[in-house]
Amino acid sequence: MQAEPVAAEKAFQYNRPMDNQNKNMASEEELLEEITSSEYKYGFVTNIESDKAPKGLSEEIVRFISKKKNEPDWLLQYRLKSLKVWEQMIEPKWAHLNYPKPDFQDLHYYSAPKPKKQLDSLDEVDPELLETFEKLGISLDEQKRLSGVAVDAVIDSVSVKTTFKDKLGELGIIFCSFSEAVQEHPELVKKYLGTVVPSSDNFYAALNSAVFTDGSFCYIPKGVRCPMELSTYFRINEANTGQFERTLVIADEDSYVSYLEGCTAPMRDENQLHAAVVELVALDRAEIKYSTIQNWYPGNKEGKGGIYNFVTKRGLCMEDSKISWTQVETGSAVTWKYPGCVLKGDRSVGEFYSVAVTANHQQADTGSKMLHIGKNTKSTIISKGISAGQANNSYRGLVKINKNASNSRNFTQCDSLLMGNKCGAHTFPYIEVDNSSSQVEHEATTSKIGEDQIFYCKQRGMDEETAINLIVNGYCKEVLNQLPMEFAVEAQKLLEISLEGSVG
Amino acid sequence: MLKIKNLHASIEETEILKGIDLEVKAGEVHAIMGPNGSGKSTLSSVLAGRDEYEVTAGSVDFLGEDLLDLEAEDRARAGIFLAFQYPVEIPGVSNINFLKTAINEIREKRGEKEIAAKDFLARVKEKSKLVGLEGKFNNRSVNEGFSGGEKKRNEIFQMAMLEPKLAILDETDSGLDIDALKVVSEGVNKLKSPDNATIVITHYQRLLDYIVPDFVHVLANGKIVKTGGKELALELEEKGYDWIKQEAVKA
Repeated sequence: MQAEPVAAEKAFQYNRPMDNQNKNMASEEELLEEITSSEYKYGFVTNIESDKAPKGLSEEIVRFISKKKNEPDWLLQYRLKSLKVWEQMIEPKWAHLNYPKPDFQDLHYYSAPKPKKQLDSLDEVDPELLETFEKLGISLDEQKRLSGVAVDAVIDSVSVKTTFKDKLGELGIIFCSFSEAVQEHPELVKKYLGTVVPSSDNFYAALNSAVFTDGSFCYIPKGVRCPMELSTYFRINEANTGQFERTLVIADEDSYVSYLEGCTAPMRDENQLHAAVVELVALDRAEIKYSTIQNWYPGNKEGKGGIYNFVTKRGLCMEDSKISWTQVETGSAVTWKYPGCVLKGDRSVGEFYSVAVTANHQQADTGSKMLHIGKNTKSTIISKGISAGQANNSYRGLVKINKNASNSRNFTQCDSLLMGNKCGAHTFPYIEVDNSSSQVEHEATTSKIGEDQIFYCKQRGMDEETAINLIVNGYCKEVLNQLPMEFAVEAQKLLEISLEGSVG
Repeated sequence: MLKIKNLHASIEETEILKGIDLEVKAGEVHAIMGPNGSGKSTLSSVLAGRDEYEVTAGSVDFLGEDLLDLEAEDRARAGIFLAFQYPVEIPGVSNINFLKTAINEIREKRGEKEIAAKDFLARVKEKSKLVGLEGKFNNRSVNEGFSGGEKKRNEIFQMAMLEPKLAILDETDSGLDIDALKVVSEGVNKLKSPDNATIVITHYQRLLDYIVPDFVHVLANGKIVKTGGKELALELEEKGYDWIKQEAVKA
């Protein structure tokens, strides 16, 4: 017997009438103006000679990329098959987003810093590149010494420097660029690539599968607890280059890994397309914690020039395993992203914690997908949206509990915080439960940042900016608490930067 | 310390304060009483700098500065503290973090260094005892899930932490049972010094049994219509506000 699937759809549009305008509202208007005018802090371009493919996408280009990367034939075939699949697909239109359609034939699909000689130390790295890291506040050296974080810095698709590799190597942990993994661990790549996100999954996943250039690869052997946070910094750096990152993290039985991904991008006039695929595999009793800070260029005041971010992120959980996604997103002009978990194994656990800030003309349609297949599986979704300016922030989530996933549970909480009255917050939860022993809870709130709260803080001596930061950080606390310590500090800074200049 | 002259204020074009004159000196406790809608809370909001209210005439001098010229946060930094009638909840922000942020921001504006964690915690410990909190609320979010009494005690705790020159207690007694009232009043009394002053806004004389005022002012229809000593409060308790209103009309 199959229960009728329940599909719920709700939309909240904040649209307060303007008739009760007073002095107070005027200051709010100013506040919004300020937010709108706060400039992107990391807008600069690093000039590194690049080696790029001609514009456009075709079988030739795919072959070019594969050849350039000296790939085995099976991978070329995988790419070509994906290209065929992609050519049959049409761009999804269901998201609550409004943007000009990218011209897929007007992009470069490959670009790499020209290979120089093999590097043995940071001294040999292009000084300009190091400067870029300095501006971002990511000194590799500092990172290495202070926090024990292994950093695999990716600039425009090709890994420049991988650190801590030896130390990890002793434990049998593989942490390298995707291309390197293809060369050195082809059996692992071949076994897992596309098993969580098949090429045919969606339009952007198919595109990525055909043209991905690089990304990160991580394998934690059986029973190994990775002793440090693994971290990769991505950076889109070449004008007009779509970035197609591919990340594959495999945690073998009884292992544990915490993986950090943080990104910023330089200022651009054209929209930049980013369509990454991240696949996580947690085998029996393994645990993967995947944290993201995303701060790509959101576009200028008019919403022009920002990054389009269409990402497919998914984890596969086998028996008694756990995958936890945590993300703090403040960037991109358009975001389309639903990190999810396929809870295949019995008693597996999936978690999603997210803070998404949209200001100016930014748009985000983001959320999570939790697919319960195994028995006694559990999932938690905590989503916090913050909208300011004329931004639109939508939560779209799918919780599906299959017929055989008895005694499964989901708890979803999605909160929206609105700053001003020109922005929008929307919630589109889809819930499908096909058995009667499972339990699903969904809570949603929409609130406006309170004048009362701000005044209360001001009366205690704080200025408006401090007050807003404090309130916003409090609102996001449940999510920020999930981040590793040093990342949480960075995330707080990022929230502050994003809401900077909000003094009325 | 505080000199209010002919203060007029309105909200959404309705005049609420219609010419207030009041002088508060260091070391004094002033009680402002009055019926509902007389302008008591408006007065506290105007002094604290809430922007919904528009001052249409008059002046307020605080320690030689034109108070009305200052932003709310600058008034707080100059030493004005308002204990809210309805303290606001700030989810996810711990009491301790809230206070530390406030104290450091005030110190920063005064060109002082951040408070050392050790000193801060010692102060928290000492001051929380005053209101019988003993660190109980430190890690709870500001006022979230607090009972009415806890919120009011927390206001007095914050006041103790911030050490204001002029504290304005806006109906701090409302919603308090007799035990909580005693705790709150004792806290206020212990904080009293020759250098600071307190304005107690209240509806009932009950609070004034515990916080003994030097002056009692009766506010009616946006004006102070009568000023006296603490015995005036007792008279009000006995006779109600009507006779004052009538006197005001005659005058």
